[in-house]
Amino acid sequence: MKGWNDFEIGAILFPFANNGEEALESHNNERDYTPESSFKASVAHWRVEKPVHNSEICINCFNCWVYCPDAAILARDEKLRGVDYVHCKGCGICVDVCPTNPKSLLMFSDHEDNQNALKNWPQKEEKKKN
Amino acid sequence: MASAVELQEIEVWDGNMAASHALRQAQIDVVAAYPITPSTPIVQNYGSFVSNGYVDGEFVMVESEHAAMSACVGAAAAGGRVATATSSQGFALMVEVLYQASGMRLPIVLNLVNRALASPLNIHGDHSDMYLGRDAGWINLCTCNPQEAYDFNLMAFRIAEDMEVRIPTIVNQDGFLSSHTAQNVRPLSDEVAYKFIGDYQSKNSLLDFNKPATYGAQAEEDWHFEHKAQLHSALMHSSRVIEKVFGEFAKLTGRKYNLIETYDIEDAEVAVFALGTTVESARVAAKNARKRGIKAGVATIRSFRPFPYAELGNALKNLKAIAIMDKSLPAGAMGALFNEVGTSLYQVKDSKHPILSNYIYGLGERDLTQVDLENIFKELQENAQAGKLTHPTQQFIGLRGPKLSFC
Ligand code: SF4
Ligand code: SF4
Repeated sequence: MKGWNDFEIGAILFPFANNGEEALESHNNERDYTPESSFKASVAHWRVEKPVHNSEICINCFNCWVYCPDAAILARDEKLRGVDYVHCKGCGICVDVCPTNPKSLLMFSDHEDNQNALKNWPQKEEKKKN
Repeated sequence: MASAVELQEIEVWDGNMAASHALRQAQIDVVAAYPITPSTPIVQNYGSFVSNGYVDGEFVMVESEHAAMSACVGAAAAGGRVATATSSQGFALMVEVLYQASGMRLPIVLNLVNRALASPLNIHGDHSDMYLGRDAGWINLCTCNPQEAYDFNLMAFRIAEDMEVRIPTIVNQDGFLSSHTAQNVRPLSDEVAYKFIGDYQSKNSLLDFNKPATYGAQAEEDWHFEHKAQLHSALMHSSRVIEKVFGEFAKLTGRKYNLIETYDIEDAEVAVFALGTTVESARVAAKNARKRGIKAGVATIRSFRPFPYAELGNALKNLKAIAIMDKSLPAGAMGALFNEVGTSLYQVKDSKHPILSNYIYGLGERDLTQVDLENIFKELQENAQAGKLTHPTQQFIGLRGPKLSFC
């Protein structure tokens, strides 16, 4: 652990070990992030519930990806690939905007195992008749 | 390239004009400002320097002092030399952002033209705003007149921007008494002044795209303490650099400033300790007191933050009685200066423990007269002879109604 006299003055963090301009050229997964960067350091301590992604129902509409305020929805090769729990704050917005029936993202307790959650997924809801 | 201004050997400037010229000579990249009495002319003069081609940098007009300091923080983090000016309520509005500036270690220079805080509304000078910013982590320099307002502005850039320091710096001057009183000022030529300050060296500039930086990130209980301790340590050690800059300035101009300024203190038995323009009045009163057989002296400090505990304790330790003058509302305590001077004397070895008294004066620019100071020296003399306080510790000078005193 660093002491107060070990770090750069000004409470400054450097996200990239070196060559920031080069880093911008590459995909964020391949960049040379420092451990202090908000890419590597967890910023999700206060999450109580987490969204779980069900790829069986997901239609890859990217609504959740657009609306997530923390860029914590993982999209690769034009497919939704779940949630980045190092950055997800558990706000539930992604679940709210998911249009499928049943929803392809649902909130579970942060301690719930994702496999269990997927097993207990709710059935399609009947359309409400007036 | 900005045009130079041909200055006379002696100019007749008030404190605000003196500060404006110092800012102009520093060739600042960004000044963001919002006007407020009595500091308005500083940025007003500066604005006319900009529009007449005497300044190359940007002059940003914003909608409040909070925005002014925010723009200064942004510009300084981006990597530029930055300054502004304010007073009183405007300074109060800036306070939130002052902590951002010091926490991010951005060497901004702020001219604080000291003025009372409302309510009741008052546009005149006292030191309330200086104390409001006391714990914001800025270096605080104190001046007594236009010449010093000029000199300290030049030195403020050197001190704040020193690579060992990198702490934003306030130059205080008394509202109206210094800011609006024209006196002879001996300026440096533009070239010499700029050479003294030097080119701006940026550190971790946001515009260095090759080394992206996150400023002001969140640090909860796990790291916040360490960052604040680092700032405190740098502040406490900055007096070394302040003295170095004082020394270099003296070589250049012959005007020598010291962390502690004393007047006739060597053989004095009693002394008045004050800040700002009061120091000059107190010197006159001390001279007159000597004619009456009182061994009187005067002391002040040039840097209120960092507070020069050891140097001050040493300068005052052999006195018999000291009056500590606070030009601000102590609000339920002894005056701020009283507490700090007292601490200095308790910290220093072999102190004779002078008898200390606290005078509250000049709120909202209530006059402090020579008669008032004469009475203070008389009371000090009585204390010195009795070897103890002969009156309450804290007394109010020039207040209408029944006498107010405490403790
Ligand atoms: S819960 Fe909130 S933070 Fe987490 S993935 Fe969904 S929208 Fe993003
Ligand atoms: S909003 Fe729902 S359906 Fe659309 S991509 Fe996200 S999880 Fe899949």
